Amino acid sequence: MATKVHMEALSPTMEEGRLVKWTKHEGDAVKSGETLAEVETDKAVMELVARADGQLLKVMVQEGSTVPVGNVVAWIGKPGEKVDGDGAGAPAPTPAPAKPAASEKAPAPAPKATPQAAPPPSQAPAAPADATRVKASPLARRIAKESGVDLKLVQGSGPGGRVVKRDVEGAPAPATAPTAAAAAPRPTRDVRRTDVPYEDVPLTQIRKTIAKRLAASLGPVPHFFLTTDIDMERAAEAREALNKQLGDAGGKVSFNDIIIKAVALALVQHRACNAWFQEDHIRYWNEVHIGMAVAIEDGLITPVIRNADLKSLREIGAEARELANRARNRRLKPEEYTGATFSVSNLGMFEIEHFTAVINPPEAGIVAIGSIAPRAVPDGERIVVRRRMRITMSCDHRVIDGATGAAFLRTLKQMLENPLAMLL
Amino acid sequence: MATLTYRDALNQALREEMQRDPNVVLMGEEVGVYQGAYKVSRGLLEEFGPKRVVDTPIAELGFAGIGVGAAMGGLRPVVEFMTWNFALLALDQIVNSAAKMLYMSGGQINMPIVFRGPNGAALQLSSQHSQAWESWLAHIPGLKVVAPATPADAKGLLKSAIRDNNPVIVLEGEMLYNIKGDVPDGEHVVPIGKAEIKREGSDVTLVCHSKTLPVALKAADQLAEQNVSAEVLDLRSLRPIDESAILESVRKTNRAVVVEEGWPHAGIGAQLVDIIQRDAFDDLDAPVQRVTQADVPMPYNKLLERAAKASPEKVVAAVRRVLYLDPSPQP
Repeated sequence: MATKVHMEALSPTMEEGRLVKWTKHEGDAVKSGETLAEVETDKAVMELVARADGQLLKVMVQEGSTVPVGNVVAWIGKPGEKVDGDGAGAPAPTPAPAKPAASEKAPAPAPKATPQAAPPPSQAPAAPADATRVKASPLARRIAKESGVDLKLVQGSGPGGRVVKRDVEGAPAPATAPTAAAAAPRPTRDVRRTDVPYEDVPLTQIRKTIAKRLAASLGPVPHFFLTTDIDMERAAEAREALNKQLGDAGGKVSFNDIIIKAVALALVQHRACNAWFQEDHIRYWNEVHIGMAVAIEDGLITPVIRNADLKSLREIGAEARELANRARNRRLKPEEYTGATFSVSNLGMFEIEHFTAVINPPEAGIVAIGSIAPRAVPDGERIVVRRRMRITMSCDHRVIDGATGAAFLRTLKQMLENPLAMLL
Repeated sequence: MATLTYRDALNQALREEMQRDPNVVLMGEEVGVYQGAYKVSRGLLEEFGPKRVVDTPIAELGFAGIGVGAAMGGLRPVVEFMTWNFALLALDQIVNSAAKMLYMSGGQINMPIVFRGPNGAALQLSSQHSQAWESWLAHIPGLKVVAPATPADAKGLLKSAIRDNNPVIVLEGEMLYNIKGDVPDGEHVVPIGKAEIKREGSDVTLVCHSKTLPVALKAADQLAEQNVSAEVLDLRSLRPIDESAILESVRKTNRAVVVEEGWPHAGIGAQLVDIIQRDAFDDLDAPVQRVTQADVPMPYNKLLERAAKASPEKVVAAVRRVLYLDPSPQP
């Protein structure tokens, strides 16, 4: 019998996917594990792979259309095999209002003289529930319930994606996308007078997710903001010296790398800010993973630099560039944009002096980095011009109190104003 | 405390119980003059005489029936089968007479009898002589079934079996008779129905009994090298079975592999899986795995026999499955 190919949940939060491109076509031979199509999820373009061997008999979904997770998008079977086009395909699953079709389904009343004459039993409607149901071990379910973790957001590592104990203990990292502030320039055109007064642009998958997640942050999470002004003169000198030292060796150090490193090191001293709010408990992390908001076409995503406190500036720089590149090409894997313990959003390059960022739950804090610009500041009796930077920390008040956040910011400020302190 | 073989621990239990209670008698093929096919009854004929140590004809159904009658008449017979493979002939007496007597007499007639002998496979005895019958026997209400794996447990459980007023099946093993272990002197009684943790661990529970204890312990050693901490729970009694010990361990480790000598279908492991899934469902992180004999008559060929038996390697593989240590197969 032919096998259905379902739209699969390719990211923890994916509810529907847009079929970008079929890489196999009707009539092509396919092997289990081979890529059938590229699918745009709410986060990235991912590959949908075959789960059976055979021939791609029928494609149910055209390129460009969006299909809920669980729907049948294609059939794989033996060459020449007939498949039911019974509405199991695109787009909506229509859970077939149970048509008992008595004549067909009735449990064979008596030995039939000519069983072949009977109509073939109607194909049961595709059960989209199967592909969307979260598979989890009973223990994982219990732990998730007790710690308020949403199993749908957890990537299962067991057979068939089963969520097991280690997955829920490893933390649920409700996926990415915070910081309204860091939103990229919209990919729309400049405003130009035309004969139509407006243009309706459908929401892309990623924009839908951003909308959902930001509303889920600013509403329920009690934000407050702390701003401080930092003298970047020494950091700038240090950076110039380091880059001179590196010469043409490549891998220049950016301000962003220095800031990520300083934030990570300051968090090491202030674990109270390196924490997740978890409904009935607070998880203080002993590792420092910095989420870095990256603007991408029509959205943003926060790839994670893991153990940033332990990495050198060059390592951070190389990793940040690599992750940002893949983020822009939408090739990040889910584990690369989940699990941050604190985030950094930098709009300095847009000459934004000061802004506030939206926290990415369950993280408890994020710092918004403004531009580094020369400013007149008093120096004793004189006025001098110094390169200054303003940063603003958003704190989840359920985890971080004013003085706690302020103490962290003071450490961060000291580190940036005296970069040698990072060597301590 | 002395270091004894399993065989001598059983011998000590028999001797001490026969000294303690003149109603205890031993009967079976070759138990007297020959001192037991496996020398478990060594010296007993000499010490207690032919009225209490009785050589029987090769007629399992007959002497099992005599034992049942003797128990009804007030003795406490210990009936030895040369192996449980031969005891199949006596099943009518065991199941229909011994196991039912208390019930069918409305509680008037006790049945203080012990049926004992080696169970399961030894080496290259082929399919008719290499069978593990515990799931058949533990199936029967009215019987108690014990399967000691160590010399100390062999002594302590045989003593409990002889003192019990119900029919008790004692499953020994040809491959166990020579193993040595510390055995407490004198009054050492192991209660029927109590399991024992033979090795503590935190990642997975290996439930075993009888000859699968050494298998599980060896697997636990190999697992330790892979940084997996396995707890080894020796059931010791199969009916009644120590449900609370099983559940307590599984609740601690969240994963279980059950190891038994018999076949998979309707085996002891199936019963264990039932207990665990029913009462520790929310503590399970993976489906319980079973390691059993292959579902075939035991082959005579040495390599095939080895391949058919439960082994440490099979246990390690099952543990890796419940711990999700190997790449997941696609659904």
